[in-house]
Amino acid sequence: MNERASPKAQENRARVRATPKGRRVDPAARAEVRGLLGDAPRRRDLLIEHLHRIQDRYGHLSAAHLVALADEMKLAMTEVYEVATFYHHFDVVKDGDTAPPAVTVRVCDSISCEMAGAKELLSKLPAILGKDVRVLHAPCIGRCETAPAAVVGQNPLPHATVEQIAALVKAGALKHPAPGSRESHPQRDIVSPAYVDYAAYRAKGGYELAKTCIEGAKKREDVIAVMESSGLRGLGGAGFPAGRKWKSVAAEPAPRLMAINIDEGEPGTFKDRWYLERDPHRFIEGALVAAWAVGIAEIYIYLRDEYHGCRAILEKEIAALHKDAPCKLPPIHLRRGAGAYICGEESAMIESIEGKRGMPRLRPPYVAQVGLFNRPTLEHNMETLHWVRDILEKGADWFASHGRNGRKGLRSFSVSGRVKKPGVHLAPAGITVKELIAEYCGGMLDGHKFYGYLPGGASGGILPAAMADIPLDFDTLNQYGCFIGSAAVVILSDKDRATSAARNLTKFFSEESCGQCTPCRVGTAKTLKLIEKARWDQALLNELSQAMMDASICGLGQAAPNPVLSVMKYFPSEIA
Amino acid sequence: MDRISTAQAATMPVEFTLNGKTVVGRSDETLIETARHYGIDIPHLCYKEGMRPDGNCRACVVEIKGERVLAPSCCRTPKDGMEVITDNPRSVASQKMVLELLLSDIPEKSYTLNSELDHWAKALKVGKPRFESRHQPKADLSHSAIAVNLDACIQCTRCLRACREEQVNDVIGYAFRGEHSKIVFDLDDPMGDSTCVACGECVQACPTGALMPAREAGKIQADKTVDSVCPYCGVGCLLTYNVKGNKILWVQGREGPANSSRLCVKGRYGFDYVQHKHRLTRPLIRKPGMKKHKDFVVDPDNWSQVFREASWEEALDFAAKGLRDIRDKHGKKSLAGFGSAKGTNEEAYLFQKLVRTGFGSNNVDHCTRLCHASSVAALMEGINSGAVSNQVRDVIKAEVVFLIGANPTVNHPVAATWMKNAAKAGVKLIVADPRRGELARYATHYLQFKADTDVALLNAMLHVIVEEGLANEAFIRDRTSGYEALAENVKKFSPEAMAPVCGIDAKTIREVARLYATSKGSMIMWGMGISQHVHGTDNARCLIALALSTGQIGKPGSGLHPLRGQNNVQGASDSGLIPMFYPDYQRVITPEAKARFEKLWGMELDPKPGLTVVETINAAKKREIRGMYIMGENPAMSDPDVDHAREALATLDHMVVQDIFLTETAYLADVVLPATAWPEKVGTVTNTDRMVQLGRKAIEPPGEAKEDLWLINELAKRMGLSWNYTHPREVFDEMRQCMDSIAGITWERLERDSSVTYPCEKEGDPGEPVVFTTHFPTTTGRGKFVPADLISAAERPDDQYPMVLITGRQLEHWHTGAMTRRATVLDHIEPEPVASFHPLDLDRFQVKAGEIVTVESRRGKIALYARADEGTPAGAVFIPFCYYEAAANLLTNPVLDPVGKIPEFKYCAVKVTKGGPTPVHSSFGGGKAFSELGTV
Repeated sequence: MNERASPKAQENRARVRATPKGRRVDPAARAEVRGLLGDAPRRRDLLIEHLHRIQDRYGHLSAAHLVALADEMKLAMTEVYEVATFYHHFDVVKDGDTAPPAVTVRVCDSISCEMAGAKELLSKLPAILGKDVRVLHAPCIGRCETAPAAVVGQNPLPHATVEQIAALVKAGALKHPAPGSRESHPQRDIVSPAYVDYAAYRAKGGYELAKTCIEGAKKREDVIAVMESSGLRGLGGAGFPAGRKWKSVAAEPAPRLMAINIDEGEPGTFKDRWYLERDPHRFIEGALVAAWAVGIAEIYIYLRDEYHGCRAILEKEIAALHKDAPCKLPPIHLRRGAGAYICGEESAMIESIEGKRGMPRLRPPYVAQVGLFNRPTLEHNMETLHWVRDILEKGADWFASHGRNGRKGLRSFSVSGRVKKPGVHLAPAGITVKELIAEYCGGMLDGHKFYGYLPGGASGGILPAAMADIPLDFDTLNQYGCFIGSAAVVILSDKDRATSAARNLTKFFSEESCGQCTPCRVGTAKTLKLIEKARWDQALLNELSQAMMDASICGLGQAAPNPVLSVMKYFPSEIA
Repeated sequence: MDRISTAQAATMPVEFTLNGKTVVGRSDETLIETARHYGIDIPHLCYKEGMRPDGNCRACVVEIKGERVLAPSCCRTPKDGMEVITDNPRSVASQKMVLELLLSDIPEKSYTLNSELDHWAKALKVGKPRFESRHQPKADLSHSAIAVNLDACIQCTRCLRACREEQVNDVIGYAFRGEHSKIVFDLDDPMGDSTCVACGECVQACPTGALMPAREAGKIQADKTVDSVCPYCGVGCLLTYNVKGNKILWVQGREGPANSSRLCVKGRYGFDYVQHKHRLTRPLIRKPGMKKHKDFVVDPDNWSQVFREASWEEALDFAAKGLRDIRDKHGKKSLAGFGSAKGTNEEAYLFQKLVRTGFGSNNVDHCTRLCHASSVAALMEGINSGAVSNQVRDVIKAEVVFLIGANPTVNHPVAATWMKNAAKAGVKLIVADPRRGELARYATHYLQFKADTDVALLNAMLHVIVEEGLANEAFIRDRTSGYEALAENVKKFSPEAMAPVCGIDAKTIREVARLYATSKGSMIMWGMGISQHVHGTDNARCLIALALSTGQIGKPGSGLHPLRGQNNVQGASDSGLIPMFYPDYQRVITPEAKARFEKLWGMELDPKPGLTVVETINAAKKREIRGMYIMGENPAMSDPDVDHAREALATLDHMVVQDIFLTETAYLADVVLPATAWPEKVGTVTNTDRMVQLGRKAIEPPGEAKEDLWLINELAKRMGLSWNYTHPREVFDEMRQCMDSIAGITWERLERDSSVTYPCEKEGDPGEPVVFTTHFPTTTGRGKFVPADLISAAERPDDQYPMVLITGRQLEHWHTGAMTRRATVLDHIEPEPVASFHPLDLDRFQVKAGEIVTVESRRGKIALYARADEGTPAGAVFIPFCYYEAAANLLTNPVLDPVGKIPEFKYCAVKVTKGGPTPVHSSFGGGKAFSELGTV
């Protein structure tokens, strides 16, 4: 490889270039792409949407289609390619490569699903489904309460078994049942629970608050003041006070935009899906109120691609809202993720909405000042907006009146793992895990003894059973090297090992690292190598972890060492 | 806060503490920069001065008091009172860990002598990495210029930013994610198969040698570096030669006002022609009885069939005697000289002085006649100045850039990068050209008008400006004359009437005219698509009228810029290599100018303008011209209807050719004088921006080859002139005496600054990048409108010859190919003659791309390979004129623009048939140099 490269004999007569340099647009591919895109604008920010159209139609993205799409959108080929290869849900097929089979089964193997037997599914399925079905492992699909979960095409299967997966494949049931339809599904009540549609929501007084605000019957300052005194904090994980965020974005120059984060990807977290599947208008009304209070020109909703059912609901319900608008509405854009945990990070999500690779931005500047399309942007987790109506209708005190152990407010805990009743449990902020298991989760599963827990999904660290009396809320866990984040609590039992969990989580971070900064891109991969060994080089792991926490660009890299550090700190016997 | 105060605020001093000491930075200066000013070097890899900081490598993280995590010092700016610590254990631990992580993933053996990663690892005493290496990718050696070894890649994306944000060639991407993240070309294609144009900016940007000059050229330690200028196009990029022994190893871009270290493939990889075995090393004299004939193929390997070697004394005496005899026998007007836009200003000046004083007539011209003569004619007529009003980089200050008849990504690649930068920054780029080039993708409006209908399109724009009241009345009143006639004339050219003529719908014409007229600043840039027509002067007149009628000239971001082709076409014209002008465009026909030069040169001068290039060739055919001195030009390839030109040259009684290779023209010479290539001599050249720039000698010429200046001087002496110029400095000083525009430029300043913009009339003047700010250099101070009407191309397609031939250049090859087809990399990238067609036309001819076609005009026919290119308009064929084995100019029409005397290279009628003989190479071209590499 390093020796002087001598020209090969066949190059003696250099080749004639039959075309200008590089790939050319194939006319047939161009016609197909144009057909799919129709009149849709060719704006760059729609790149991911357009890639979805091709992927959905052809089951993959051929090189010819990528080249044609680039030409159609006046983008460089590599701009399309680098985006297409960033997201899990796009299958780029180069010339001569085999296209993936028509059916893909994704088996979630994130922590809760792995504990529930995902590995067994993954090992058995390929032989049973045959070569016409592709079986992939997938990062958390947000169905941890029904672990193990799988997705057949775009059809989710909670409590997945080999038999049920095979049955869905055989039946060609590759789509999530349409909202409100009576399509059959082995777990119909779980994947399509009854929900409050537009008419029902309006009938119960829905959108009256938004109407009152938008039509001028309320004062912006008053509403923001209520939000501030309610103590509501961002429920995506960062916990920034919502009212203060409104105030600061409102102070920025117009036009201002809003971006709503429903890229719920933190392993163990499924609360946003839970609410969306049941009461989708509540957060939209919250968004309209926030948009009014902050002076927002347009609203962007970014929904993770895994939530196909929610997407159908939102498409339907937003259309219904526009059709019979209670008041003047700002434009609402629904954007579809494409399989990338990192896009839950606020600035990565903004990049993704702009049609780019989901690589977090450096801050400053903060998104409140320079966000989506370089405009001041109010970014909220969906659940944060979900509570706006209740708070404004019932008053700031109502929200703040909840709480336990000296903490205030309500938290929607996504609980999974070894408990009898996993699911979303709305509980007082500050509840301890012991109380949560006992009062809300029906206790531990039979035959399982409480061993430890993840208080905040993959990133929030791992705590041992001995530390089950810590109030769960923002700020209360920091001193233990942990955090609550999106309140995804995963319960481990004596059948589980913290080291296994750490390996699972580190592998997840390594696969989901965007690849931008060295500490995270290289650090997560090296950490994984180090902890796959029986004996851990703890000194080196500590050194590496410190650099990752200190020097990574975003929360992913900064929090990625938490599971490993927790194991070394709280479960030393496992690695002794 | 308004914009100015914001800008001012950005440069206000900011006091903060750095490692405990109080320092003063600026709010627009990053911490890493301020630290460097204070002698603190913070490790960094993805940060490179002059490039947008990206902050991805994290080697430069520092602690800022009060912040939870460390901050990248390359991206952060200070705030008053900020406490920054770069060297405490916490910061250094992260800095070192980043270096260690990266080191663990690259091979121990380095591809470069200057790895920045090794440098910092050593500086911070990072030991042997403790981590297992990643799975390493294979090398990609598919490109003849650049070796890609991604096992040394640290994903810093400097190459990507170089490719996408600086050069905007948009080839390099960052694909996949996490540890699989990878630098890719296009769709992760081998670099050699990608759209890469080999500008080499990525190589220059790479800190670890993952991207390097091919064949390990960058691993040889150079003996010296020499700062110079690129010898190719008119952009005038400054560069540095890395030299070992008498060989240029590799070239890097140098900070220059026109290029900011950027180069293109020719400048960076096209230098080894100087070492080609075909270099002329001894004077040659035509063997007795060797007849000259128009039909020939030159084989420079077999020069001895036609020529014999001679001593310098013999050759010079022979050369001069032949010229002298003709002059004395047939009169002064029987001699002519073609100088070169590839030589220096000093050579051009001496050359025209020799013709004017030694030959005794104004029969001196050069290839400007073939490129921008019509533009210059129109500009001289309208505003009495042939040079650009604004420099290329002014595009970033414009609101609208109107580019017409130019393909700068190919012909002025680095100038194109500034246009793409501007377009990306929001400047509206309007591109009008029958051929769709790369720039169209960046354009807000791309107008693919029908070839030959420039005046229709431009007059329609003028119509809109007049009709819709978009004209700048104050400017017209104060600074122009002749507007009424123009306004009257354009009445009949409504967009609606012109739409069917030019093929652009009326709505678009109106929109573009409004954009151009009403913007805060509009620049017009044009190239040979405007000038090389029988109506080339009219085309340029319309452009001038657009600027004058709207007042879009005479301020930053607002003006006229004909993109000059050759590295010194501006300077050669300035220096008087033009039959109707003395140096500095002083008209031969004006008695004052004549008197000024008679006084300076101490000799009576011919009061009549001389013959232009094509007129000279015609006169030779008629035996009115019998002897010629041709320096560095190749009319036997570059002239229209080249068969006719070759015949004329073969008719000459005596022809002296001075060149570095045995060109097609030299082949017809009686005596050939081996001259020096650009890196072998000292001298100045003037770029398209009016920047006078100094080229320096990097290597010695081969064999007995001599510097051109010496050669001209020796011939002059033998023509009876008492010259004794020994250094270009002396010539330049003489030029300053008769050229007011450069009178203030001293040689010392050129040696110091490398580049000075003229006008620079007094020593110490900074030079004026924008001219005509208050008046035009005409006698009245006013610019003149000259109306234009529709004139068709001289030869329209018909049943017999149904296709239109457009000739031009391609990125890798320079003009007639004498240099670039002997440059290993360039010849390897474009080895064979090609004719580009729209794919639908190829389907119609039932020809597959890559097959041979025969293209025939009323003057000749050639066979070459068909290329499918959607950018070529249907009904047209585009052929570059650099291929001797399929010389496009055998086909072109020698009809001239009546004013500019420029031939119509951009339009003639041809027919195309499938098949034909395979193009035959002589001893160069066709990828020969590359295939011989392994054996040398």
